[in-house]
Amino acid sequence: MSANATLVPGGPEAPILGQIRASQRAARSSFRAKYFATWFVILAIVGAAIVATGNAEPDFTTTWGRYILEGAGLTVLISTVSIFFATILAVIGALGRLSSNGFINGAASLYVSLVRGTPLLVQIYFVFYALPQMGIVIDPIPAGIVALAFNYGAYMTEIFRAGIQAVPRGQREAAESLGMTERLLMRRIVLPQAVRIVVPAIGNDFVSMIKDSSLVSVVGLQEILWRSSTVGRSNSQLIQALLIAALVYWALTMFFSYFQGRLEHRLALSDVRL
Amino acid sequence: MIAQPTPDKGLVGAEPILRLTGIEKYFGSNHVLRGCDLEVHPRETICLIGRSGSGKSTLLRCANFLEEPTAGRVEIDGIGIDASPLKARNRADREKIRKIRMSAQMVFQDFNLFPHMRVIDNLIEAPVRVRGLGRDEAIAIAEKHLERVGLTEKRDAYPARLSGGQKQRVAIARALTMEPKVLLFDEPTSALDPTLVGEVIAVMEELAHTGSTMIVVTHEMAFAREAADRVYFIEEGQFLEDGPPGQVIDDPQDPRTRAFLSRLLAR
Repeated sequence: MSANATLVPGGPEAPILGQIRASQRAARSSFRAKYFATWFVILAIVGAAIVATGNAEPDFTTTWGRYILEGAGLTVLISTVSIFFATILAVIGALGRLSSNGFINGAASLYVSLVRGTPLLVQIYFVFYALPQMGIVIDPIPAGIVALAFNYGAYMTEIFRAGIQAVPRGQREAAESLGMTERLLMRRIVLPQAVRIVVPAIGNDFVSMIKDSSLVSVVGLQEILWRSSTVGRSNSQLIQALLIAALVYWALTMFFSYFQGRLEHRLALSDVRL
Repeated sequence: MIAQPTPDKGLVGAEPILRLTGIEKYFGSNHVLRGCDLEVHPRETICLIGRSGSGKSTLLRCANFLEEPTAGRVEIDGIGIDASPLKARNRADREKIRKIRMSAQMVFQDFNLFPHMRVIDNLIEAPVRVRGLGRDEAIAIAEKHLERVGLTEKRDAYPARLSGGQKQRVAIARALTMEPKVLLFDEPTSALDPTLVGEVIAVMEELAHTGSTMIVVTHEMAFAREAADRVYFIEEGQFLEDGPPGQVIDDPQDPRTRAFLSRLLAR
């Protein structure tokens, strides 16, 4: 068979193609082997160090592991409710930041600047410990939610503002030409498209929120971190306790990141793209 | 003014439906429009031609206040508004501008369909929420115009599934569903693949021949020849020449009109 015969469409395939595919397969499996071997070795060294220093005590894990794990319920609850209110704050904040009214724009900009310029931990302390001195006493769970929603709302305000500005100018002009008022075109044309643009970013923030919600343990909320540090300290098993907490957070973020990736993928494939 | 008969659509209305008087526009210190006057009578088709940057699109956008004119007056269907460069529009003015926009529907170069709505929802959105029509009534009008542009079968498609020519025909149907007095076309075929221009031009010619009132900013001289009652040549924000297409396009008097057309037609 001549070399040219292999170029005929539908004809027999050139032998070199099979060899290229085999070598690509080999490269991929070699990469994967190194990748997982690295994970295994590093985690094994950490585990060995824990055993060698006499910090592995299976009794602790069997006794308290479940207790720490059950803190995940509160962590997810706080994060979900907070991201919900943060999103509402962010829409209002973004409309404020884009407003041509000086008062409204000023208020929204002050909110964003103040919240982004101060630590989340300070804000949590403020809501739980400082507000009571002004006669405003909030229970730990609502206090944690208020602080997290307030904080994330400011960051997400900037995300929503960028999302609204990313809606093509022609959309607004088309809506105006059809006689829509500012309110109507925001609600029906601009915001629905902006939301689609920012959904991936909201997903990211939700995953961050799951981790940042550990900060509300300082006001005594019995979520993952509070439980693990409490039982870890009283049993002098902080290494195991915190490792369990870390694993629970890790599992939660991987779980939600997976769904966020799926959601992004679906939005990318959607008919309703921009 | 005396009503003039036109060859293929009967009597042109006696009173102008749209009148622009002394329209001036500055972008910063750039003087884009230098006193344009334009009258359009019912059932007339007007083409605005000129180089890119000559101000023809800006003039069209001033007519429905997508751009605020710096000076001049816009009157459409009995509603008149003067330029107000120094003062923000009050509520009454904004309502008048909305009325003007509803009477003078714009078709854009890049279609600007709403990507998150199906074709039929694009068409009925404003009739239902702005004009206050019932949903069924709006759908009936929308389906009539969708059929007119030949896209009945795309009724439930999302815009992302349409070709450029189909998108522009949907955009025309969306404008028609508002039942406007005047249609404003801002270079409606300039963003299209050359093979798709024809289907949009065909729809526009049909509209022109069946008595729609239209102002068309375009580089399509074949369309202007075929459909326009009058052609205006605009250069540096001023009308240099106007008249029937046979005169302005085929026998231009001003040397600048001649230079523009010879470049354009040589392509």
